[in-house]
Amino acid sequence: MAQLDTREKLAILADAAKYDASCASSGTAKRDSKGGKGLGSTEGMGICHAYAPDGRCISLLKILLTNSCIFDCHYCINRKSSNVRRARFTAQEVVQLTLAFYKRNYIEGLFLSSGIIKSSNYTMEQLVEVARSLREDHDFRGYIHLKTIPDADPELVRLAGLHADRVSINVELPTVSGLEKLAPEKSAPQIEGAMLGMKGAIEDGKDARKKYKSAPNFAPAGQSTQMIVGADKATDGDIVTKASTLYDRFSLRRVYYSAFSPIPDASAVLPLQRPPLMREHRLYQSDWLMRFYGFKPAEVVQAAGDDGMLPLDIDPKLAWALKFREHFPVDVNRAPREMLLRIPGLGTKAVDRLIRSRRHRRFTLDDVARLTVSIAKIRPFIVTADWRPTLLTDRADLRTLVAPKVSQLELFAA
Amino acid sequence: MTLDRPDDFDGWREAARELIGAGVPPMSVVWQVAGDDGELFGSEGALPPGGGGQPMFSVPKPFIDLAKAAVCHSDPQRFALLYALLWKLKGNRRALEDRADPLVDRLEKLAKEVRRDAHKMHAFVRFREVAEENGTRFVAFFEPDHHIVRREAGFFARRFASMRWSILTPELSIHWAPETQTLCEGPGATRADAPDGDPLEETWRTYYSSIFNPARLKIGAMLKEMPKKYWRNMPETSLVAPLIAGARARELEMIERSANNFGAEAAVKAERQLQTGGNLRASWEALMAEARGCTRCDLHCNATQTVFGEGPLDACILFVGEQPGDQEDVAGRPFVGPAGQLFDAALEKAGIDRTQTYVTNAVKHFKFVLRGKKRIHSKPDTAEIDACRWWQEQERALIRPPLTVALGATAARSLTGKTLTISRAREAPLTLADGSECWVTVHPSFLLRIPEEDRRAEERAKFVEDLTRIRARAKELAS
Ligand code: SF4
Repeated sequence: MAQLDTREKLAILADAAKYDASCASSGTAKRDSKGGKGLGSTEGMGICHAYAPDGRCISLLKILLTNSCIFDCHYCINRKSSNVRRARFTAQEVVQLTLAFYKRNYIEGLFLSSGIIKSSNYTMEQLVEVARSLREDHDFRGYIHLKTIPDADPELVRLAGLHADRVSINVELPTVSGLEKLAPEKSAPQIEGAMLGMKGAIEDGKDARKKYKSAPNFAPAGQSTQMIVGADKATDGDIVTKASTLYDRFSLRRVYYSAFSPIPDASAVLPLQRPPLMREHRLYQSDWLMRFYGFKPAEVVQAAGDDGMLPLDIDPKLAWALKFREHFPVDVNRAPREMLLRIPGLGTKAVDRLIRSRRHRRFTLDDVARLTVSIAKIRPFIVTADWRPTLLTDRADLRTLVAPKVSQLELFAA
Repeated sequence: MTLDRPDDFDGWREAARELIGAGVPPMSVVWQVAGDDGELFGSEGALPPGGGGQPMFSVPKPFIDLAKAAVCHSDPQRFALLYALLWKLKGNRRALEDRADPLVDRLEKLAKEVRRDAHKMHAFVRFREVAEENGTRFVAFFEPDHHIVRREAGFFARRFASMRWSILTPELSIHWAPETQTLCEGPGATRADAPDGDPLEETWRTYYSSIFNPARLKIGAMLKEMPKKYWRNMPETSLVAPLIAGARARELEMIERSANNFGAEAAVKAERQLQTGGNLRASWEALMAEARGCTRCDLHCNATQTVFGEGPLDACILFVGEQPGDQEDVAGRPFVGPAGQLFDAALEKAGIDRTQTYVTNAVKHFKFVLRGKKRIHSKPDTAEIDACRWWQEQERALIRPPLTVALGATAARSLTGKTLTISRAREAPLTLADGSECWVTVHPSFLLRIPEEDRRAEERAKFVEDLTRIRARAKELAS
């Protein structure tokens, strides 16, 4: 085979990374290169430097070190039995590419993952070498996210955490049976064991920082994971429940969902269906409900239909409100924060503003309208100084009244 | 009051402090920026006598943050609005907490737009490397909406402290000297002043097109975050149009290649079904329900009901007719009248099972003129076709047929947005916006209207011929 140049490799190895949903570059320690040393900065909030026509943000150089793999996971395009074109970067090539892109302000940093070659440890060593070289040889201060290999030597995983802002280990599939069927060489206990180890290391790192200022910052942006949605039979209810236990047990920063996409040369085990992208979106929304709106996982599951799936035409918060109408309407001038957060169409920011403002005025419908995007959607669920829905919450057709046109558009476009 | 620069926060603060001290109410102050057109009625700096006697008051910190952002806005009212708010704060220290106050709301919005513009600057500035005598310089050209360049220079200084860089904008340019770690300002620039390329851009474009997943096209989401006004100075954006155009084909290719592994037909069908928890059906039903209440054009006023399309949602062929006729309007189903019967007969001859196809109309309400008691069909006009097109597009987006057939000119207009001559267009397939194939043929009611018997027979045979070709092609596409 002829030698591939960097650009050809990039085409193959970025293409192979496009199924990965995670991209965030936020929430890490604040750093910069003031004083003229090193390159780069992180200011807490990550920056999306471009958007692809699939609507996803490009924040990091997201690539694989290699798309060769000794494993044969059915959902994965890089599995051993797939006949995609293979390529492999050297650690130095990745380093150079990252620096060159970074200097032109194309990216926030690097997100590096890899197929497994030779052995888990060998692969992990290579990933760590990229991060080490960026940090030590080039004094790179941008963002680094490394995907660790679950059964690699804990010492290597520790090194990864030392250089990277974020580490992640994919749980791959929401159910153990799905994992067994589609990724026979991976095991849930092994993956979760690695997450537990990482959680411990991150906590130790934080403790050490409290005691000694000079202690290295260990994975300051924490750990995350990703699951593939729609490749097995798991329902949204299953997925939400699984995600919430992951958050609890491993103190994850984020759980990403990646709608299974048809991949070239798919394995015959897979159902060749594409789940609607809207499903992925609804799962993210349910994630927000739990993380920011005080919903318990069980409540999100209640918002799902009898088949365990969240409705696609309306968001899960609205679905919950329509199911539990007895909690509405909510008096915006009196209700506690927890209840305000349950009002469909009212975001956390709007709620905070509302609470601050209502010390100064009795809210009318117009006042609320100024704080929100769509008053029409909210109206049936609230009471204000000049408005009380006339039993609107009992109307059987409430759903059609409030289901927003835009979300239907989204749905049909998905 | 005249301020030195459009983003002169310190100048504004200084002036505002004095004015407040002198008890000058907001109404009597005119704010302007040096170099802008002079205000007719302003009398510069003439504070009322006896000013300065009022005790100073301290403003809450959030106000300073708000003001620092809002002064950078391009809205000429910004200084006056800020002063009005300051005035209000004097009377009520907590006035800022009342977000529902229109003045607070307006200023918060200005500040938000400035922050958004700043964020986009952090994201969309693209440096190009140029060789200079003493090393290299990274130069970018950027066009912000507001006066944010000075405010945001610090971000780039912190990030690229060891690089020599310049950011050129129409209003001013900012240069960073790594040796002294200082910024200096220069005059505004045009794009022609910036270098016009960088060898690395091709590599970056390779990355951009490779990381895009064609199976997940979401153009609206992209445009929302990356508005077109920024595109001009970003090397990757010239790829957007070709990537979108090729997406459907690439996705189908991905599926087809998978399909080779285990039964082509099943794979394509499964992909097209898009079914999770019966959602496709639910979406379609919701769509139909919504169409029942459609008032996009006036046709709904007189017609009996919306006649929506029907057929299996995984159909390989989708037929688009013109609009319901008298009988369809009453029955609420497409193609049941005389033209429908002719259509059925022709389909049968061509070997197409109508129950396996999806049949709909370009316009969903019956348009007619009353002649006595009779309702005489009348052609929908372009505005009506274009209004109703939305429904047809939604139907197609759900069903995603590999092959769509336009029956007649109205359907062709609805599908392509262009006015076509049927006799010419029926020879070869067109490509629709989503990359799928569209065949054009006549509308069955045209065949009903031909008076001469021999020509009628000839045209009918031609129609069956078209349908036969379509059937063969649909089969090809499905395998
Ligand atoms: S003809 Fe079409 S656009 Fe006009 S009202 Fe009927 S459904 Fe709506």
